Amino acid sequence: MAPLPSETVNGSSYSQKTKTLSEVRESILSGHVKAADVAGKYYKRIEQINDRLNIYLSLTKERALEQAAKVDAAAAKGDSLGPLAGIPVAVKDVLVMRGAPSTAGSKILTGYQPPYDATAVAKLEAAGAVLLGKLNCDEFAMGSSNENSAYGPVRNPVDPDRVPGGSSGGSAAAVAAGLAVATLGTDTGGSIRQPASFCGVVGVLPTYGRVSRYGLIAFASSLDRVGPFAANVRDAATVLSVIAGQDASDATSSSAPVMDYAAESDKGAEGLRIGVPEEYFGEGLDPEVREQIEKGIESLEKAGCSVKSISLPHTRYAIPTYYLVATAEASANLARFDGVRYGYRSPLSATLSEMYSHSRDEGFGAEVKRRIMLGTYALSAGYYDAYYLKAQKVRRLLAEEFLRAFADVDAIVTPTAPTPAFKLGEKTGDPLAMYLADIYTVTASLAGICGVTVPCGATKAGLPVGMQVLASHMEEGTAFRVARAVEAAHV
Amino acid sequence: MATKVTIEEVQRVAGLAHLQLTPDETGSMVLDLNAILDYVAQLNELDTSSVVPLAQVSELDGAGGASLLRGDVLRPSLNRGQVMSQAPETDQAFFKVPKVIER
Repeated sequence: MAPLPSETVNGSSYSQKTKTLSEVRESILSGHVKAADVAGKYYKRIEQINDRLNIYLSLTKERALEQAAKVDAAAAKGDSLGPLAGIPVAVKDVLVMRGAPSTAGSKILTGYQPPYDATAVAKLEAAGAVLLGKLNCDEFAMGSSNENSAYGPVRNPVDPDRVPGGSSGGSAAAVAAGLAVATLGTDTGGSIRQPASFCGVVGVLPTYGRVSRYGLIAFASSLDRVGPFAANVRDAATVLSVIAGQDASDATSSSAPVMDYAAESDKGAEGLRIGVPEEYFGEGLDPEVREQIEKGIESLEKAGCSVKSISLPHTRYAIPTYYLVATAEASANLARFDGVRYGYRSPLSATLSEMYSHSRDEGFGAEVKRRIMLGTYALSAGYYDAYYLKAQKVRRLLAEEFLRAFADVDAIVTPTAPTPAFKLGEKTGDPLAMYLADIYTVTASLAGICGVTVPCGATKAGLPVGMQVLASHMEEGTAFRVARAVEAAHV
Repeated sequence: MATKVTIEEVQRVAGLAHLQLTPDETGSMVLDLNAILDYVAQLNELDTSSVVPLAQVSELDGAGGASLLRGDVLRPSLNRGQVMSQAPETDQAFFKVPKVIER
């Protein structure tokens, strides 16, 4: 492992260029390196810098070293190795791993050690990946800065005074800091794409149903997706092919065939039709972000894409729609945390009803309570039609607007977030201002379409900017082709 | 929409959600909910009288949506002992909770 980099932003940076997935795999395959040594090096770097950045919440060393030994034994025998053989990976702490603490960033799950693996986790391991541990995130994936974690915020490896984005802040930061080759996060309204953008890595929002949600601690079930982070587009595509596919344990998982997305990404972007929606370049967009995205769009023209301006006029209704739909679903999903079957139970309870309410009040943080309250209100008698049902109707308008746009273009490109990473504490006092950090990402969440965020240069201060590439349902291959072209242009 | 949420209403909703809010939490919740509800009121600008609600994107044509349920056959379930071991209080077979009925 390389020593800590010396170049800095505002005093100190922990960002590190990680080895690519195929470099690590080839070195193990050829016998030059042992998977156990690779895992050991990553654990050593985690020990060195995790205290400063708060990325990992827990390590799963025993299981990781056992898996690495298996990979090494198979390599020594010349057995065929899986596509992720020996690759050090880590997962957001909302995905369960058998016998490992799974907190969802919440005190209410203190001590919980689930008896099973999430499907995406099991698939990573079956492909040979070495699971290093569990990654910090906003409590129940509710947040846009990772400051809602009950275990303290993650710091952005590029500039530790800044947030890594959220809710999958740990997943993005782990890749940026060289603490894993690839990670899994989850995205309900932007929770993969926005932190990937803030940390300067690649993040993938798969189509709804592309990856099983079994073993994902649910936030909003009609919106939740599991997806990969990696340092480059091809690696992220490789991981998606591993975790995608139908699962008998998730009735919403799709039977659409899984493609070799890495091979798809190799096809080049020439001839693809790109739409640029004017609504994503209006008020609130940081001028430096705009400038970088415009350079990215120019690079796509140079790569042989045809670019045209399009309009998605319902865009401005996406945040209000999202916060009604997501909180309504959350209020139902989080009803299960009641101090009965797992996690925290308040000792201050004489009756069952008191036990429920004390356990929940002591166990949940402020943002989670705020969303449960909003969702319960929007679903309660007398308000259901005005709020929840209204939001579901606008959701259809937003989804259909995307489907119409994709009749004319193959992909849509936008900034991933309106600003680069902001400072810790900058938005914590104003829930609405924080919600607006997701203004460009919630639309694809509501429509169920897929997307990739890819680094698209940096601001003058050195803060990463991400471009969001959206494609229609099950068109991940197209999104990867466009993202590869932007990546190759080194904007 | 755009009804003002009162303290009483916040307390009623907290009861529905089994949340025991402190007076401080109740006060800030009134402010936050009103700010958020004012913001979402902009959805009223849209006439949605003839729009069918969309609960789940799998309902959309061409969304690759899943519709098949798995076969109704027995398959192994989680180990009971492991599941019970995660609960705050059990007698190994059942979850134990405080008294439900006073007498």
